[in-house]
Amino acid sequence: MARAVTPQRKAINTIAAWIIGLLIFFPILWTILTSFKTEAAAVAFPPQFLNFDWTFENYTTVQERSSYFRHFWNSVVISLGSTVIGLIIAVPAAWAMAFVPGKQTKNVLMWMLSTKMLPPVGVLIPIYLLFRQFGLLDTRTGLVIVLTLMNLPIIVWMLYTYFREIPVDILEAARMDGASLRKEIIYILTPMAVPGIASTLLLNVILSWNEAFWTLNLTAAKAAPLTAFIASYSSPEGLFYAKLSAASTMAIAPILILGWFSQKQLVRGLTFGAVK
Amino acid sequence: MATQHSRSAARVMISPAVLLLLAWMLIPLGMTLYFSFQRYNLLMPGAHPWVGLMNYKLFIQNPAFWTALINTLLLVGGVLIATVVLGVLLAILLDQPMWGQGIVRILVIAPFFVMPTVSALVWKNLFMNPVNGLFAWLLPKLGMAPYDFLTQAPLASITFIVSWQWLPFATLILLTAIQSLDSEQMEAAEMDGASALSRFWYITLPHLSRAITVVVLIQTIFLLSVFAEILVTTNGGPGNASTNLTYLVYARSLLNFDVGGGSAGGVIAIILANIVAIFLMRAIGKNLDA
Repeated sequence: MARAVTPQRKAINTIAAWIIGLLIFFPILWTILTSFKTEAAAVAFPPQFLNFDWTFENYTTVQERSSYFRHFWNSVVISLGSTVIGLIIAVPAAWAMAFVPGKQTKNVLMWMLSTKMLPPVGVLIPIYLLFRQFGLLDTRTGLVIVLTLMNLPIIVWMLYTYFREIPVDILEAARMDGASLRKEIIYILTPMAVPGIASTLLLNVILSWNEAFWTLNLTAAKAAPLTAFIASYSSPEGLFYAKLSAASTMAIAPILILGWFSQKQLVRGLTFGAVK
Repeated sequence: MATQHSRSAARVMISPAVLLLLAWMLIPLGMTLYFSFQRYNLLMPGAHPWVGLMNYKLFIQNPAFWTALINTLLLVGGVLIATVVLGVLLAILLDQPMWGQGIVRILVIAPFFVMPTVSALVWKNLFMNPVNGLFAWLLPKLGMAPYDFLTQAPLASITFIVSWQWLPFATLILLTAIQSLDSEQMEAAEMDGASALSRFWYITLPHLSRAITVVVLIQTIFLLSVFAEILVTTNGGPGNASTNLTYLVYARSLLNFDVGGGSAGGVIAIILANIVAIFLMRAIGKNLDA
């Protein structure tokens, strides 16, 4: 039951929340606006909010000068690749732990969580040297391997919390009705598991897309995803605000949209099911 | 009922994930440990003589280590305090009845989805740049002197940027927790004449303790490893003013090619992270079992 509030109270809440929300969002909005300005307008004082000559020039410049889409494609391949491979390894594991829990299941899950406590910098040198040895530096394959392993615990945990919610009774009922194991999996379990798998996929793509330790340290030019490409703007020449903004807008737009769809899964996935 | 057959099938299904993670942990860890006892620099080919604890001694005796350690604690602590305090307040506000709640929520969580290199560079250039940044225009308007944030207060500026990235996460989790608060209990307290402040202190805050613990644990894991934000804004400088442990080990390893020293630093970083993890897991263990 919602508590009754006066319209004044509601109006005050609304104004306060909108002001704070817009303040928090402002840097993103400002980046998007700046991406449509000329370089001169981007640094003009007083700042021009909407009253500038809109241009798409920066977007074409960024692509022409630095083949933006190659880095975009690297990001897509790396984040999707590591997520899909991670799911292929994690689905059976999470499935078995959720439906055939043994004495060790809890311990195995906790141990997997503990591997996330390992700071990446602690294994930077071995990974770097191994990659150099096997020719994996600056390759998408190499990053897919590292990101798959890095996110595997989160994938297993997330799937586990989803699978555990599938009522097992329904399987017994199906068995009574004479369903075979194959039919059980195809007609009953799979449809019930798909939403959980989809949420896990979504969250993991977001995490991999934004991963910025391994992507920065293990790539140079060829396999660099957007995180590393954007970092190249840290030592710029000349006026570059509008171009930086255009590159940034394109880098965050897809994930911002995916992210807004995944609010609920985010809470659950990143808290390892502790908060739902 | 799990049969013997399904048990062994389960083991087969779990083993790839377990074996891969085991390898991912043990092989690099073993190598880091192994290198940390050698004099080994990539620029100096040849043998890697065994030097015992020399690398550790050098790493710890270097004043940069202590600066980095303190910076790490300040950065993690600062971001935790900012995000938890503001996150609680923001979650309470967002839980109130209002118009356009869904849209405000979307605005508030957006920074979390911005990749670290983008948010750091946007703040650095579009806002904090002492000549062209928005703050350079705004501060004189407010009667304040211009300020070069990333040079004069590098660590505080980075703490601010990272807090902006993590505030949405804290808010979202705390909001989820607040929404599960029993509203009847609140109403009863209200009718008994409890003030808003005491309702917050005696009902809301205890209810949130579990969610706050979770936020602290998870953010700490990520915050100990802040890297990209430092790399693209200050490169750890000026001097070592904004170098954290992760960045120090990176600089030692990949900028100075000092495999031995970098490995020793890596081992120290792992030990410190584990100390924090033990404390947090203990605190959380109490909270999570309940």
